[in-house]
Amino acid sequence: MAMKISQQKFNERLSSNLENDFMRGAVAGAQHRFQTRRSAAVDSLNWEEWRNHGEEIRQHVLENLDYYLYELSINVEARGGHVFFAQTAEEATEYISTIAKQKSAKKIVKAKSMVTEEINLNSHLEQLGCEVIETDLGEYILQLDDHDPPSHIVTPALHKNKDQIREVFEQKIGYTASSQPEELALHARKVLREHYLTADIGITGCNFAVAETGSVCLVTNEGNADLVTALPKTQISVMGMERLVPTFEEMEVLVGMLTRSAVGQKLTSYITVLTGIKEALEVDGPEEFHLVIVDNGRSSILGGEFQSILQCIRCAACINTCPVYRHVGGHTYGSIYSGPIGAVLSPLLGGYDDYKELPYASTLCGACTDVCPVKIPLHQLLHKHREVIVEREGRAPISESLLMQAFGMGTSSQSIYKLGTKVASTVMKPFTKNEKITNGPGPLKNWTAYRDFPSLQKERFRDWFEQHNKGGNPK
Amino acid sequence: MIQNRESFLQSVAARLGRSTPSLTKPERNWKHLPQHEVLKDASMEELIEVLREQCLNIHTTLKKCTKQQLPEILNETIVDYGGGRVIYSNDPRFGVLNVLPVFEQFEHLKWQSGNGERNIDFAEQANVGVVISNVTLAESGTIMLQASPEVGRTISFLPENSIAVIPKSSIVPRMTQAAQFLREQSHVSSCINFITGPSNSADIEMNLVVGVHGPVRMTYILVEDY
Repeated sequence: MAMKISQQKFNERLSSNLENDFMRGAVAGAQHRFQTRRSAAVDSLNWEEWRNHGEEIRQHVLENLDYYLYELSINVEARGGHVFFAQTAEEATEYISTIAKQKSAKKIVKAKSMVTEEINLNSHLEQLGCEVIETDLGEYILQLDDHDPPSHIVTPALHKNKDQIREVFEQKIGYTASSQPEELALHARKVLREHYLTADIGITGCNFAVAETGSVCLVTNEGNADLVTALPKTQISVMGMERLVPTFEEMEVLVGMLTRSAVGQKLTSYITVLTGIKEALEVDGPEEFHLVIVDNGRSSILGGEFQSILQCIRCAACINTCPVYRHVGGHTYGSIYSGPIGAVLSPLLGGYDDYKELPYASTLCGACTDVCPVKIPLHQLLHKHREVIVEREGRAPISESLLMQAFGMGTSSQSIYKLGTKVASTVMKPFTKNEKITNGPGPLKNWTAYRDFPSLQKERFRDWFEQHNKGGNPK
Repeated sequence: MIQNRESFLQSVAARLGRSTPSLTKPERNWKHLPQHEVLKDASMEELIEVLREQCLNIHTTLKKCTKQQLPEILNETIVDYGGGRVIYSNDPRFGVLNVLPVFEQFEHLKWQSGNGERNIDFAEQANVGVVISNVTLAESGTIMLQASPEVGRTISFLPENSIAVIPKSSIVPRMTQAAQFLREQSHVSSCINFITGPSNSADIEMNLVVGVHGPVRMTYILVEDY
């Protein structure tokens, strides 16, 4: 699956997702639970101080990214690892494919990774004839279901109910028991356990890389990343180039902020810090380790007006609080990155051609900014996107362009304005019923699809004012 | 081997307004350090109470005992988990704690480099894995393990049940102290595991399911006077 998860247009995705009642209920329920847990987890701390520290760590890393990438690469190599700097998605997938060919890999197990989705790694490996298995339970469900796209960063299969999951398991992995989550998970455990033990390569993402030690830190609740990295002989970790911390001290701060913000836990069940290959006489662990550092458009964000989006630690707190995401669900964003973070990041990494509507799928309410643990001004960046789309790209949404053109025409001449406001009430009469417009034309269409618009009054305000203010004595 | 570094870092440096990549370690002058305030003045007994409360949240049984009681408590825990095959790390502290005879009551294997792949095969079939925590985080209820030839990574992942012996002296307020401890070590272990209860997932309709990949059940045994 690539970063772009749908060929449909934004409005088509929007319409179909608004009709998906189960998904919308699941999203609303999940938001409520995640928000409640998050609040409980941060309330006991002086959270604003933590946010300040989170922000200063991330900004420091970005300002010194060249140094820390250099330091990281030296320390990975010192522990027997290989480092490949990939400017593009193609370079990254080609390098990883070459390793798979060298190892004659038949089976590859993966721990959930956004960046490998972004570079469409699985399909490249599958084209080589490799069986690629996602081991995160949510990702595994989606993969079995003919690569259904994720709807949430932390709980990717949120939009599927247990009966749908049972059907997928029945069709794809010989499942015969009930739709109880425990029984489904137990079956997945048995199937996946066999895959871990027979895989040639393990692939992970990277929550944080530690420059000082050359370590890769992985955060999971299921422990799948541990088995992915402990059992296959070759480990490949793929990281977005900004996912760095200077030392273990900053790593622990951000890990704690990530888990609290994402799932409301002080720490998730497993935080794993991996450094190089297994050492002499160690039994489990990889004999070969590759770290692939991916740019894929990130450096063009660096140093610019959107730089602060690179502070993101992928916790999804912004998604869990967003009123728009609550109503439309993750698939509407058309990108593996959904919610406010997706609305900012997807146009930057994937371009405005595919994602120019996303900055408009926002109320600019600022709730996302308020919860962001590393203080990314998300709603300001969404506003900035709109500025760029309208002023520099010259491609405001058509409805907005037409409206503005009409408004410009209407207000540029006193006679046209006068005429327009005089006939407006008559023109709108066919659309007006009981003092309300319920199915308006043109620019009113989207508004009246969800809300009624008050009917236009026959008497204009200017006329009313003139009548009521004659000589300072209202009639 | 490092590939493509120079051109990659050059483009990063250029975006940051530098003509060449910086090779000078930057100062870390943090204005905010809230992590040091958490449980700063807590006594050991208060930390144990925090740990006890947190274990309720992470679906982990916490048992407290003296060094003398440990063999009995460990035996009882393994029996409660159904006995069967037991694998444990080759940690000299098990000898000091006099629990090696407990393992001998069961079909057992001490994880040792000399066993090679047999360690993994046995662990995969084992019912119980037993380790000793190196650093224990009271705030989150987390044990920290450092892999070595004698402490396999998968002891805590492959068996269905997991037991961690927690020396009282290993308890610290939170991960902050563990990070400091790790930075003071002369050598970083190839794998450091922070483990907080059993494996779990909420991927199916947000229902918590335990043991999706790793252990289904977990017990911490806190040895108070060790």
